[in-house]
Amino acid sequence: MNRNVIFFAVASVLLAGCHTDMWRQNKSAPLSQNDFFPDGQASRPLLAGTIAKGHERKDDAFFTGAKGGKWVNELPVPLSKKLLLRGQERYNIFCSPCHGQVGDGNGMIANRGFTLKRPVGNYHTDRLRNMPVGHFYDVITNGYGTMYSYASRIEPSDRWAIVAYVKALQLSQNAPLADADPVALEESLKPKEDKAHAEGAKH
Amino acid sequence: MAQIFKPSANHITTAALYGVVLGVPTVWLAIAALSRSPANTKVNVPINQPVPFSHQHHAWELGIDCRYCHANVEKSSYAGVPSTETCMSCHSQIWKNSPLLEPVRQSYETGTPLKWNLVNQLPHFVHFNHSIHVARGINCNTCHGPVQHMHITYKGNPFQMKWCLECHRAPDRHIYKDESRPDLEPRQQVFNLYWKYQKDGLKGLNLRERSLMVGTFDGTNDGKERAKGKELVKYYGIKVQQLADCSVCHY
Repeated sequence: MNRNVIFFAVASVLLAGCHTDMWRQNKSAPLSQNDFFPDGQASRPLLAGTIAKGHERKDDAFFTGAKGGKWVNELPVPLSKKLLLRGQERYNIFCSPCHGQVGDGNGMIANRGFTLKRPVGNYHTDRLRNMPVGHFYDVITNGYGTMYSYASRIEPSDRWAIVAYVKALQLSQNAPLADADPVALEESLKPKEDKAHAEGAKH
Repeated sequence: MAQIFKPSANHITTAALYGVVLGVPTVWLAIAALSRSPANTKVNVPINQPVPFSHQHHAWELGIDCRYCHANVEKSSYAGVPSTETCMSCHSQIWKNSPLLEPVRQSYETGTPLKWNLVNQLPHFVHFNHSIHVARGINCNTCHGPVQHMHITYKGNPFQMKWCLECHRAPDRHIYKDESRPDLEPRQQVFNLYWKYQKDGLKGLNLRERSLMVGTFDGTNDGKERAKGKELVKYYGIKVQQLADCSVCHY
């Protein structure tokens, strides 16, 4: 009898630390599960018309790319080198898989079968060169053809940065020779020595 | 009065003495080894998923940037698992009849999210923030291992507190900047390394970048590198003396 009491006393002291309610707390984190809701998500979708404090979208041109039912033809943000670089970065992340790094619609995903239904957009056509910038913004926001909306992943200011970069890409592929920097032009016409080396490095 | 102990008791006593001296540390070390082994930490153990998604294929062979799917990693504490819509932005056209992707299509049609199994899970009393680590140029592979070469994703590091503290106590051993691209912010350095690796292969990378990409980087002990690390720590304004305080992660 006495021995049993001692055993339980020792066991209860030793096992007192063995609980996990701090490790797995009864709280919800982003993307966690909650069976209370039919879709199983703990995070709830925003109700239609919800506006976060200070985030009312008053500026039509900035948030929709259109004003008075027409696409805007001027960037609603100041154009700067910083904007273009940001656009380049975002473009290479989100757009280049399909549209390619120069915007010719020849990206890796396009090459792997995305073109089955219709070819991926090529920016270097007269139709798209003359398209107002608002159109590009609208395509990123709402998708176009088989392209899905990227609104959930690219915020409005970044969408405009991408639009600016797409315009720069269009210029880059359709510039008269006279616009080229003479020094850079000279450089680019030189035969490349390190080409063999560069190919050897790729495994 | 009869002898209490027979002569054989001598042997039992010796065995018991050796047992205590050798046995206790053996059990102790075995427990310590077991708690650090993949059996407990799950390091290098691929985790089954509803869809056999391959990072090797998407991130390395196709060259898709990490941020295409983990879009929030630069600005949020959560890197974010991509929504089904993100998968479908390509797979509505590509492999659209593949039976492997059936759960994705079902999820998209019914609006019920896919239930991915977590590969890296911290206890709920630890607060980790992805964005600050990315903003200080900590490459994804530093913690996650060679993700771009994983077919089925596995944990690259144990994520035990001891392991976190290795860097939090001496960030200069881990912090790094690619000096060939001074124009890039630290945040951009993280991802530029993958583009560089795509373009030039392992040969185009220096020793440290190489070990990062193959997932063996474990902090540097090289004096010169550490001096550079110290400079960066100062430049970024990282408060080393507070970095290992309890309240940095447990609040």
